[in-house]
Amino acid sequence: MTYYDLILKYDWETTRRAIYAATEADVERALSKDRPSMEDFAALVSPAADKYLNEMAVKSYQITRRRFGNTIQLYIPLYLANICQNHCIYCGFNCTNKIHRAILTPDEIHAECQAIKKDPFEHILLVTGEAPRSSSVQYMADSMDIIKNYFQQISLEVQPLDTDEYRMLMDHGLHSVYVYQETYNRERYPVYHLRGKKMDYRYRLETPDRLCEAGIYKVGVGNLIGLEDWRTEAFFTALHVRYLENRYWRTKYSIAFPRLRPYYGEGGFNPEHPTTERNLLQLICAYRLLSEDVELSISTRESAACRDTVMPFGVTVMSAGSKTTPGGYAHPTDELEQWAINDSRTPTEVYNAVKAKGFEPVWKDWSAFMQEANIPA
Amino acid sequence: MKELVIADKKFSSRLFVGTGKFSSSEMMAKAVAASGSELVTVALKRVELDNPQDDMLEHLHLPGVNLLPNTSGVRNAKEAVFAAQMAREALGTNWIKLEVHPDPRYLLPDPIETLKAAEELVKEGFIVMPYINADPVLCKKLEDVGTACVMPLGAPIGSNRGLKTRDLLRIIIEQSNVPVVVDAGIGAPSHAAEAMEMGADAVLINTAIAVAKDPVNMAVAFKMAVEAGRMAFEAQLAPQNLSASATSPLNPFLEGIKDLQL
Repeated sequence: MTYYDLILKYDWETTRRAIYAATEADVERALSKDRPSMEDFAALVSPAADKYLNEMAVKSYQITRRRFGNTIQLYIPLYLANICQNHCIYCGFNCTNKIHRAILTPDEIHAECQAIKKDPFEHILLVTGEAPRSSSVQYMADSMDIIKNYFQQISLEVQPLDTDEYRMLMDHGLHSVYVYQETYNRERYPVYHLRGKKMDYRYRLETPDRLCEAGIYKVGVGNLIGLEDWRTEAFFTALHVRYLENRYWRTKYSIAFPRLRPYYGEGGFNPEHPTTERNLLQLICAYRLLSEDVELSISTRESAACRDTVMPFGVTVMSAGSKTTPGGYAHPTDELEQWAINDSRTPTEVYNAVKAKGFEPVWKDWSAFMQEANIPA
Repeated sequence: MKELVIADKKFSSRLFVGTGKFSSSEMMAKAVAASGSELVTVALKRVELDNPQDDMLEHLHLPGVNLLPNTSGVRNAKEAVFAAQMAREALGTNWIKLEVHPDPRYLLPDPIETLKAAEELVKEGFIVMPYINADPVLCKKLEDVGTACVMPLGAPIGSNRGLKTRDLLRIIIEQSNVPVVVDAGIGAPSHAAEAMEMGADAVLINTAIAVAKDPVNMAVAFKMAVEAGRMAFEAQLAPQNLSASATSPLNPFLEGIKDLQL
């Protein structure tokens, strides 16, 4: 059994209706529980819960501090390549968009790492498009062999891979993988994914199962907010985490909540289901109330003001100083962006903003030597 | 109060503290100093072992404070042993707080891997302080392989729930030939005092101090509670009775009863 078998038991529209039908009494019951059920979670992301945002935020703050303390961990993404064979209509890297395509050479990867290391980052997230011939699994492994000389923890956000491929990458120092379903709505998924391997809803959905079987340390899930109704998406994301937690007890989980940003280029894309920042805060709090220990990560897709406002109420990880263009750290340019950065503060500025909120910004929360694969024979 | 001895080291404070979760390294250093603790544990994953200017380590250069590196984050014995070796090489201490928790949710320790790692590390000359569930049999096995103490949990780490394992802790304390340090779950000074009254040799506190609104004063409160609890233990608590008893002893009368040869 995988998450695919579980999600088949749910109907999107019925779930959506149940969320919208939640009452204030349902929300109050959910708020009173230490371990909310999925039904409670539905109430927490419902329109009825908006009135209780203050209570949710207070509880979320308290749980987060108890579990994670007064700290926020910082990381930075490194875009290795933007070549992509998929046509996802919301993404600036999609294969029909006429942008300059690039894949970093070993020298360029060194240059990027050196530029990033002007700040004390130790957690790095590697990103590529889906192009198995150029940015192959072997390319990723070779890149990691370079990158692990600079950073303590390597995460990956690339196309879904097979279990054995993940095992191979772990031998090269891989720690975590983030793979977002974009939309959990099976019927609507093909509307957004027109060409390429990403069209396979099931293979993507079962990726966290394969990752856990490979023994990866941390798996990140999430959906792209703006494609479909955000409350229903949140339910299926939460269900995904709960399913994984109960099945693969050794793995750590992370949830991201990327909201669609417009991208520039032919056609462009504007989200059909906009969310407010108030919605975003409700969502973050609901995830925290569901799971005390899940990592909640917020990227520079959100504005500085938004990130600073929601920071205390459940967030545990933030990116800082991100460039979404391959080679963008050593050679800054406005071209080739996957999406528009909304918080363009430098790492130092983000560091200071976290400090100003009364939290310790943590550059390092892992030592590569703690991974069995990194222990010399 | 009696001095505590672990391996060859004497401690006048029976409060050990953790260094994670503080809002800044400055605050952490102040709280550690206020706690009077002589043994502070630091996560190997948080510090840069090859950086002499590591922010956390720099703030822990406090008089009378010994560093106790911990292996938090490792999932098995092999990783734990290697992490301990790295710590010894970089920090110059053979003391290690052994934490093996493959479960990232509740961070509950793996008894099998912990015992394996402990045995190996003791052979390699480490002073091993293992974090474990409140399992009396495991404690005896760890003692057998030569750990310097045992560190059973009161409740899951970071939960602040107090001595949920109370009855098992009593057995561990009763049976142990090495010091018993109650490690996790202590959320309030009263919990710490209770552990000490029961006869625990020391307690280790992190979250309850780090996440308090005023960590420095909370550190002082724990210091006082640990001292009070220990003093009470040494002074031997009066027995608890279900019924009320007169505070003036009836002994003279009872002596009289004896004379009557009933």
